[in-house]
Amino acid sequence: MLDTIGASTLEDLYSHLPEDVCFHGALNIPAGKSEYEIVDYFRARGLENANSHANFLGAGVYHHYRPVLVDAVVSRGEFLTSYTPYQAEISQGTLTAIFEFQTMICQLTGMDVANASMYDGSTAVPEAAMMAMRITGRDGIAVARTVHPEYREVLGTYTRHQSTLVTEFEYDPESGQVDLESLEQALNETTAAVIIQSPNFFGVVENAKQVAEIAHAKGALLVFVFTEAVSLGLLEPPRDADIVAGELQSFAIAPSYGGPFAGIIACKEKYVRQLPGRLVGETKDANGNRAFCLTLATREQHIRREKATSNICTNQALIALMATVFMALYGKQGLRELAEQNLAKAHYLGERLWRRFNGPYFNEFVAATGVQSPDEINRRLLGFQIVGGLPLDRFYPELRNSVLLCCTEMASRADMDAVAEAFGA
Amino acid sequence: MISKVRPHPTQNESLLFETSSPGKAGYQLPKLDVPPVDARDALGAQNVRQEIPDFPEVSEVDVIRHFTRLSTWNYAIDLGLYPLGSCTMKYNPRVNEAVARTEGLMWIHPYQPDALSQGAFAILAELERALAEITGMDAVTLQPAAGAHGELTGILLVRAALEAQGNARKKVIVPDSAHGTNPASVRMAGYEVVNVASNDRGMLDVEALVRTVDEDIAAIMITNPNTLGVFEEHIAEVARILHSKGALVYMDGANMNALAGISRPGDYGVDLMHLNLHKTFSTPHGGGGPGSGPVAVKKPLEPFLPLPRLQHAPSGWSWNYDRPQSIGRVRAFYGNFGVLVRALAYIMAHGGDGLNRATLDALLNANYLRKLLESHYEIAYHAPSMHECVFRHASNGAIAKRLIDYGFHPYTVSFPLIVHGAMMIEPTETESKQELDLFADALVSIAQEVKENPELVSTAPHSTRTTKVDEVAAARKPILKWTR
Amino acid sequence: MDPENLRYTKEHEWVRVEGDVGIIGITSHAQSELGDIVYVDLPKPGTVIQQGKTIGSVESVKAVSDIYTPVSGEVVEVNGLLTESPETLNKDPYGTGWLVKIKLSDPGEPAKLLTAAEYQAFVGTETS
Ligand SMILES: Cc1ncc(COP(=O)(O)O)c(C=O)c1O
Repeated sequence: MLDTIGASTLEDLYSHLPEDVCFHGALNIPAGKSEYEIVDYFRARGLENANSHANFLGAGVYHHYRPVLVDAVVSRGEFLTSYTPYQAEISQGTLTAIFEFQTMICQLTGMDVANASMYDGSTAVPEAAMMAMRITGRDGIAVARTVHPEYREVLGTYTRHQSTLVTEFEYDPESGQVDLESLEQALNETTAAVIIQSPNFFGVVENAKQVAEIAHAKGALLVFVFTEAVSLGLLEPPRDADIVAGELQSFAIAPSYGGPFAGIIACKEKYVRQLPGRLVGETKDANGNRAFCLTLATREQHIRREKATSNICTNQALIALMATVFMALYGKQGLRELAEQNLAKAHYLGERLWRRFNGPYFNEFVAATGVQSPDEINRRLLGFQIVGGLPLDRFYPELRNSVLLCCTEMASRADMDAVAEAFGA
Repeated sequence: MISKVRPHPTQNESLLFETSSPGKAGYQLPKLDVPPVDARDALGAQNVRQEIPDFPEVSEVDVIRHFTRLSTWNYAIDLGLYPLGSCTMKYNPRVNEAVARTEGLMWIHPYQPDALSQGAFAILAELERALAEITGMDAVTLQPAAGAHGELTGILLVRAALEAQGNARKKVIVPDSAHGTNPASVRMAGYEVVNVASNDRGMLDVEALVRTVDEDIAAIMITNPNTLGVFEEHIAEVARILHSKGALVYMDGANMNALAGISRPGDYGVDLMHLNLHKTFSTPHGGGGPGSGPVAVKKPLEPFLPLPRLQHAPSGWSWNYDRPQSIGRVRAFYGNFGVLVRALAYIMAHGGDGLNRATLDALLNANYLRKLLESHYEIAYHAPSMHECVFRHASNGAIAKRLIDYGFHPYTVSFPLIVHGAMMIEPTETESKQELDLFADALVSIAQEVKENPELVSTAPHSTRTTKVDEVAAARKPILKWTR
Repeated sequence: MDPENLRYTKEHEWVRVEGDVGIIGITSHAQSELGDIVYVDLPKPGTVIQQGKTIGSVESVKAVSDIYTPVSGEVVEVNGLLTESPETLNKDPYGTGWLVKIKLSDPGEPAKLLTAAEYQAFVGTETS
């Protein structure tokens, strides 16, 4: 090969580089390892982490069972090792699966259009906010304090330099739902969007319809956020929202220390041209057979560059495929039954503890720890190989001695009894 | 002479919604070990939904068959050369997939106590160190989810650093050969884009640059090697020019697979850059993602890196949130951890020497292909190629489709935008000479077909289950979901 | 060919004056450069605009092109046909494929634009 090129050594291939850019040293990285050594290294690191603990943490990342079939599908090289399906004729597998994904997200959320995925729920939120600003021509955002605190931080990072004014509004200390008076005060004629999450960060189900009415009366859009996708199996879909931004981690995506997950944005049909991210559409091939391809790409960066609806290019396709397989497996009946199990488990524990808020809750709730500190309780639980709930003062200084607990279908009755006992209930 | 055609036995696979029949299901749940709860009582009747209309009802066998059949309609690296320029479609080692599924890595919650995540911290710290070493930088954030997300993070870092000096400035220079994410990221970070043209060698025009740089310029975003596969020879001088005006140099490091081990941007004036772990470091593209786009910076930018940062104390690793100058969070949690695990596995498998060797092989393969094709296609720029080469042809789109009939995935079509009819070819280091020869033969044969039988080429592909797809109809009357 | 009774711009728009209204479209050359047009974005009636400013865009599958108004004034009508059938722009750019009608605020503007011959000469230099 070198002969063909007309070079005598491999190093000749970059001999044209100026001297001042060449690195002559050796990279300080240990010599290459065998497959066995690599597997062994990661096994050892895994053992340094919590292993086979029961887990009552939620807060945006949920321990749900992952059906075996999910990895069987996503491990197929044809899905795993293909690129973005720009060449439709040899990407019909990925394109068809994305079309099914978009359809199921619409069915779940009650929206007309859904994109092929965003990085995660937290980045979907600012993208949805910017979308609302483009649609309304306004530059204010009102966000509920019950939206995931880290999502709100990301919203702040993204919008800080866009002359956007982000206002937060309060929750009702009794119900844990949006405080409607505080919401009204946060709104004015520059508000592009009201952002709420349901179930919210406290696990409480919001009254999206009411919030939508208030937002719409002021000419603002409602952006509805979800972090626990399983709730959509049971809860009324956010039909009154204009844009839905969510996280699909609950759909057979492993917690994996926080990523990779898959976010989505879905919206009403009339807003589709402001939607960020990829879209797959149905069409025909030259023989008149049904076929799919990426479409409405003029919204995207590779065509519209600085005027694009977003800079997103690589998304979370394979992770969205996990969610697609999950939705297909559980289906109409399974998703509901799964959601009902979550509801039952959370209420089994929730009704035994002193809950901070009296609004309806799905599979998470805030429990008061009484005279004990959350740390004391969690330390005790660790002794039983149980990871307890999230102490909330980290994000809400006013909520001292409060923990956010989550019970999915994986929470056993025995472990929940142990948690109740640790709380002194 | 079509040599790699595969027949498709599964011509008529329906959509899930069409195979659904009431009552079918592919799931199993354990028997509930607590009393059931009436949803309408617990949540309020108005909060409980009716059944989800048209949601699938299929069996487990239906599901595995459906997705397996769909998979056979895809091309993939596992099937052959995938020469998409700028995308670095190299082999994705399966050991990476295996280790990412290690029980103690896959099932850890981001909010579990730091003491229970020490193994994860060790992995992140090791990867940060390795990436800093490879780029010649001082600090790395692993948070960004993809290249474009890294770009946004990077430009926000530029803004924060300049703001700390009193003036964030207004504009960022982006060469016209840049990837579309570059200008889009600049805009999202609140800067104006200043486009500069490349010179006749396909490189940054230094004189034009000198005229462009003034006190309003915050930074330049420079891709190196650029999207023509050409090393920006004057990058050190460009850095001096920018620095002399108080501006910063951001490098789009998507093409770092051409440099790892032979050139370190941190050594010649680059202030910050992102890497695409889903390119250079072999994590799979998965049909469009997930990726990971770490940002590496020089010391002065370190205080501004996104929250949180790794910190080490005698008691072990933990997350540091106490960083007043930080740009804040760019996403929830700590990055695409599962992707980061795969990238570290790749680095460990190669070691320093191996990374160097992979780079040289990438250059070898690209230059070999260039040589084989140069007498049949017009090279866009004569400057020496690094890891990819760009040809031009008026029928670049049709030739790409015809390549499919020869069993190959097409090259990148019509990018970079500055080359009319661009054919951007990146073979990567993991291809054998045999595969490269087959590919070159295919392109040479198509060059002939274009002259002798243009109709055959313009109506390609002919061998696929799906023939040419009507993208115009798709865009004119968008159908974005299935309906009954 | 480009009709004689229209005036043209270097951005490839045309205007035909009927009374105090200018009818605006894009040239045949522009539509053929873009290829199959899939979407047309037009301003709302009532919009007041200055000569040379963008009034919308036309899109093919892989490109977007801004439309700059050749005349100043108020948009009085937009071509609704293009929403349903954007391909009209490819088929009949000088007739049923018109984009907007603008009530001229400066009736002197059109006369200062390119004639058909000047436009053809310009296109010739641009493509050679
Ligand atoms: C040169 C270059 N820059 C940036 C990107 C964007 O990276 P990503 O797709 O991971 O966002 C890409 C690839 O898509 C690229 O090739």
